[in-house]
Amino acid sequence: MTDLRTYKPRISTWWWTRKRSYTVFVLRELSSVFIAWFVVYLILFVYAVGQSETAYRNFLDWASAPWVIALNVLALLFVLLHTVTWFSLTPQAMVVRIDDWKVPAFHILAGQYTGLVVVSLFVLWLVTL
Amino acid sequence: MTSADSIQLRVSRYRPDTDAGPHWQEYEVPLRKEWTVLDGLNHVKNEVDTTLSFRWSCRMGICGSCGMNIEGEPKLTCATFLSDYAPGPVTIEPLANFPVIRDLVVDLSDFMAKLPRVKPWIIGAEDHSQVEPDVEFLQTPGQLDAYRQFSMCINCMLCYAACPVYGLDPEFIGPAAIALAERYDLDSRDHGTSQRLDVLGAHDGVWACTFVGECTKVCPKHVDPASAIQRYKLKTALHTVKAFLLPRGAR
Repeated sequence: MTDLRTYKPRISTWWWTRKRSYTVFVLRELSSVFIAWFVVYLILFVYAVGQSETAYRNFLDWASAPWVIALNVLALLFVLLHTVTWFSLTPQAMVVRIDDWKVPAFHILAGQYTGLVVVSLFVLWLVTL
Repeated sequence: MTSADSIQLRVSRYRPDTDAGPHWQEYEVPLRKEWTVLDGLNHVKNEVDTTLSFRWSCRMGICGSCGMNIEGEPKLTCATFLSDYAPGPVTIEPLANFPVIRDLVVDLSDFMAKLPRVKPWIIGAEDHSQVEPDVEFLQTPGQLDAYRQFSMCINCMLCYAACPVYGLDPEFIGPAAIALAERYDLDSRDHGTSQRLDVLGAHDGVWACTFVGECTKVCPKHVDPASAIQRYKLKTALHTVKAFLLPRGAR
C-alpha cells in the first residue's frame, strides 16, 4: 500500500467550549479541585481543634474572612454540581440485575439521594449535638 | 441561486496532491422533504462536481459507512434530513478525530488495528473435551437481553468522532471497541472475560475514559458505549480486589 498523505486535524485548547455537554463535563472534572479543597479545609479544622482553644478561635477568625467564605461558597456550588452529575451518571455505570429484571435507573437514583439525605442528617445531628 | 426549493451545502474539501489543508466549497442542491444529507452529496457527485469524495453504501443506517460531521455533530448522513437544517447552509465535514484521506473520507486503520485486540468473538471453554460435536448453545431471552444492545454496533465511528478523549489521546482503545468487548463478555456462551480484561485494564483501555458520555448520545443504533466502559471499570476494579484478597482457587 502506498503511503497516504493524510491531513491530521489539531484539537483546539478550547474544544470544551464548542458544546454545552463538553463544558459541563469539564466543569465536573474541575469540581474535583474543590472537593480536594474541602478535604484540606476539614484537615485544617480538625488539626486546630486538636491543638488548643486558641488555635480553634484563630481558625474560626480565619474561616470568617470574606475571601474564605467566598471560596467555600464557590466550592459548595462545585461540590453540588459534582454530586448531581455523578448521581445522574451512576445508573449508566451500575447495571443492577435481579434475575432477569433490570433495576430501573429511577430506583438507583432514589437510593443515592436517600443515602445523601440520611448522611447529611447524621452530620447535622453530630455538629449540633 | 438561493430559494426555498434549494439549500446550500458547505462542504470541507481536501485533496492530498494539491492542498496543504482543507478548505470550504459551497454547493446548491434541491431541498426536498425526503432528501437526506447523503442524497444531497450524491446529487453533487452526479450532477455538479464529480471530484467530490465520500463513503456510503446502504443508505439505510445498516452499513455504517456514511458517518460525517454535520454542523459539528457526528451523524449518519443517510439518516439526517436536509429539511432539518433549512434554510441552511449545512456544514459537512469529515468525522472528527481521524486523519483525512480526501474530502470527506477518513482513515479508519487505527480502529481496524484496535478492534481485534479486544477479541470480539465468542471464546469457548478451554476444555474442548467437554463439548459434544454439533451441540447447541441455547440462551434464554434474559441471557440474550443482557448483551443485545451492545450487539447493535455497526462500526460507524460516530462515537470516536464525538469522544474528546480519543481526540486528545489516540492511544485510547475507544468506545465502540469496548462496547463490542462487553457484548461478548455478557454473552452466556463466552469464556473470554479474563483475556479481554488484560487488554481493557491496561492504561490505554477503560481507564483512559473520563466519562464524557458523548459516545452514547451520538450512537445511531442506541448502543451505550459509555455504560459498557464504566461497567468494565467496575469489573477490572473488582478483579484487582479479588486477586489481592482471595486465595487463587476462589477467584
